[in-house]
Amino acid sequence: MDWRDDGIVLSTRKLGENAVRLSVLTRDYGRYAGMVRGATSKSMRGTLEPGNEVRVGWSARLAEHLGQFRCELTGAHAADLLLSAGPLMAMSSACAMLDATLPERESHPDLFHGTIALLSALKAEQWLPAYIRWEVGLLEELGYGLALDCCAATNATTGLAYVSPKSGRAVAEEAGHTYRDRLLPLPAFLAGGQGSDARNAAPLSDQIRDGLKLTGFFIHRDIFEAKALKPVAARDRLVSHVWRSVPVQEK
Amino acid sequence: MTGREIENLIKLLSRLPGLGPRSARRAVLQMLKKPEMLMLPLADSLRATADAMTTCSNCGNIDVTDPCHICADYNRGPDIICVVEEVQDLWALERGASFKGQYHVLGGTLSPLDGVGPDDLKIDQLINRARADEVTEVILATNATVDGQTTAHYITERLIETGVKVTRLAHGVPVGGELDYLDDGTLAAALRSRSVV
Repeated sequence: MDWRDDGIVLSTRKLGENAVRLSVLTRDYGRYAGMVRGATSKSMRGTLEPGNEVRVGWSARLAEHLGQFRCELTGAHAADLLLSAGPLMAMSSACAMLDATLPERESHPDLFHGTIALLSALKAEQWLPAYIRWEVGLLEELGYGLALDCCAATNATTGLAYVSPKSGRAVAEEAGHTYRDRLLPLPAFLAGGQGSDARNAAPLSDQIRDGLKLTGFFIHRDIFEAKALKPVAARDRLVSHVWRSVPVQEK
Repeated sequence: MTGREIENLIKLLSRLPGLGPRSARRAVLQMLKKPEMLMLPLADSLRATADAMTTCSNCGNIDVTDPCHICADYNRGPDIICVVEEVQDLWALERGASFKGQYHVLGGTLSPLDGVGPDDLKIDQLINRARADEVTEVILATNATVDGQTTAHYITERLIETGVKVTRLAHGVPVGGELDYLDDGTLAAALRSRSVV
């Protein structure tokens, strides 16, 4: 067994003194693990940081073996983000979520390309909406996609303001107003320009908080609780950071 | 081939970092050849260190006294605390002999994969130390890795309440480093941290 592909480093775990067990998300082969010999050497240490893009070669005698990776750095995203607290936490969160939730050896090319796009977007000023969109994409890839393009009750495609926690479908302002305490707010940037007037007028900081609450609810219920997984601490730290650093707007 | 005691010694030594069974065997053979010069002094030294070693209750350094010789040194200013991940990082900075303040050893980094959270590190103790009036600056000397810098950002947020100045080590070109051999990330960090000449 032998293949080569592009990948994103998700995590490493020490194996003995000089080797690590590397987990990468590859474009064609999905999340894959393998051993990297000499991973603690000067030349390799910077390569195997979570979030870095690598060109990997995997080889093993049998497909079910752990196998060995050969890695070459193609994009040093980790180094670019080291000094920016929020984007670094978002990158850690994305890598930890992929590592914890994706099944091994199952191809997810859209998620791979989405993650590459996220890593580039984290270097821009408005990185939080990009991160929340990425979480919506992760939910979709794992089979728990949200339907945010039309109202679940009236089929209206405009004035969308809420999401039903039961079905994960959008609800329009008129239809959902009576039940607003039981619905999740839908930020305008996730409604694709079809949000209600009130949502469109909301400050971005409020939309970001609503977006993290929205994706967090479904991630916890449909992924962590349903699969009996431990919540990803890196995501919790990102959310705490956002709550502390993004100002609350006066209503 | 050899007695049980010798085999046991080889087995114990081979557990040390940097030593495998073959190198442990060579080390034991060398000691066996010079028991008076090497083996007995080494055994005495190991026993004495094991009996005396302790972790400094102030900074987390490993020494034979509590507080350690660094915390007890009155020539070192108490106004600057340098935060490191592990004891080996503290020892590395001491080898450089360019820092004359005090240290704080965290005992690791935040690591979601290994289940290490803020409560598993000595962050609360650091915040308490930073609240002292004489402390004016905290230097974050965590490693330039994702886990190291995530920990540094987390500590920075926690230290805001104390009002102390928080700084970090520079990232960039090492002394003797050639640009051609540096990775892209280090070069980018060096460019960002450039200074006026």
